[in-house]
Amino acid sequence: MKSGEKPGRGDLAQLFRSALAGNEDDYRRFLERAAASLRGFCRSRLPPGLPGFDAEDLVQEILMAVHAKRHTWKTDEPVEPWLFAIARYKAIDAFRKHGRRIEVDISDHANTMAVLPDESGLRESDMRRSVDALDGRSREVVTAISIDGHSIDETAAKLKITPGAVRIAFHRGLKALAELRERKP
Amino acid sequence: MRTEDLIARLSADGARNPAISVTSWRWMAAGAAMAAGLALFATLGIRPDFMSALGSVWFVFKFVLSALVAVFALSAVRDLASPTGSGRGMLRLAAPAVLLVLAVAFELSATPSDRWVSLLSFSNGATCMVVVPLLGLVPLGLFLYASYERAPVRPALQGALCGLAAAGFASFFYAARCTNDSPLFVATWYSLAALVLVALGAVAGSKLLRW
Repeated sequence: MKSGEKPGRGDLAQLFRSALAGNEDDYRRFLERAAASLRGFCRSRLPPGLPGFDAEDLVQEILMAVHAKRHTWKTDEPVEPWLFAIARYKAIDAFRKHGRRIEVDISDHANTMAVLPDESGLRESDMRRSVDALDGRSREVVTAISIDGHSIDETAAKLKITPGAVRIAFHRGLKALAELRERKP
Repeated sequence: MRTEDLIARLSADGARNPAISVTSWRWMAAGAAMAAGLALFATLGIRPDFMSALGSVWFVFKFVLSALVAVFALSAVRDLASPTGSGRGMLRLAAPAVLLVLAVAFELSATPSDRWVSLLSFSNGATCMVVVPLLGLVPLGLFLYASYERAPVRPALQGALCGLAAAGFASFFYAARCTNDSPLFVATWYSLAALVLVALGAVAGSKLLRW
């Protein structure tokens, strides 16, 4: 009975094993299937009313954790218990991080949230105008990340500077924008 | 970022670096033993009557007890470093605890009650409480680091168990220096010293072992 039940379960472990051996396509398939089975979990677990953080964000955080901790899966154990143990941990973690405060440190999340949090009510055209008020590097970086939707790493490659410099410029740009907004309400 | 893009990025990275290597527990245990052992031999050394003391049951008992704590606590640390770790290994830690309680009961029944306080030897106890935590610092750091490389889902518990394992290693070596072999002394001072490392580990774990 054991060997016959749930053929899909073995497949997922098979995909993960192949992924850990360096097969990119199998890794993508594994992550897609993992994401699909995590979505329901995330919708049911995530407490409502976390500003700027929804179930799909949690799915992404779990996928990143799965990726970072993929070496802790023992290749002879079933995948699901391992996957959902990580999912539970990240769900609790998300509530701890996002549940109590609205402001999120941008450097923690700039990689995952390429778009500026929409708390300002700015439209894209307004945004372009505000961004034009910035100068030099901050303007290039904020344009690339917030308007064109590039990631930190892509922006760094494009501008030929380090990701750290991109973060700093991005942070400065956002700060300057916030100050501009306060001056002209 | 869309989830599809994230998955594409992660799978590309996974293909580039398929294997994440982590330090093995074996090496961590060897490192912990070396650190605690070298620190003891380089500073206090072993007790002068070490060879003749080997004939005493209670002297040998200290090594047995601390070795059991070290081995069982470290195997629980190893188990719980995985997100699916059950923590059932922690139950085995009851064995050294029961052994110690039985030894104390046996000792007290064989000792007149007016001599019980002298068994405690407060000044040596104070030394024990300082030296054992110091000897355990490097082992604690190593076990916390090994846990950090993995994926414990209960950070404070993981840190506390790292502290207990470190206390096992430290006590094993300090036992060679300490001239008090009374089970009552061990149950009191070694336990308090272990508690210092457990508390330290729990605090450090809850701060450092988040991922």
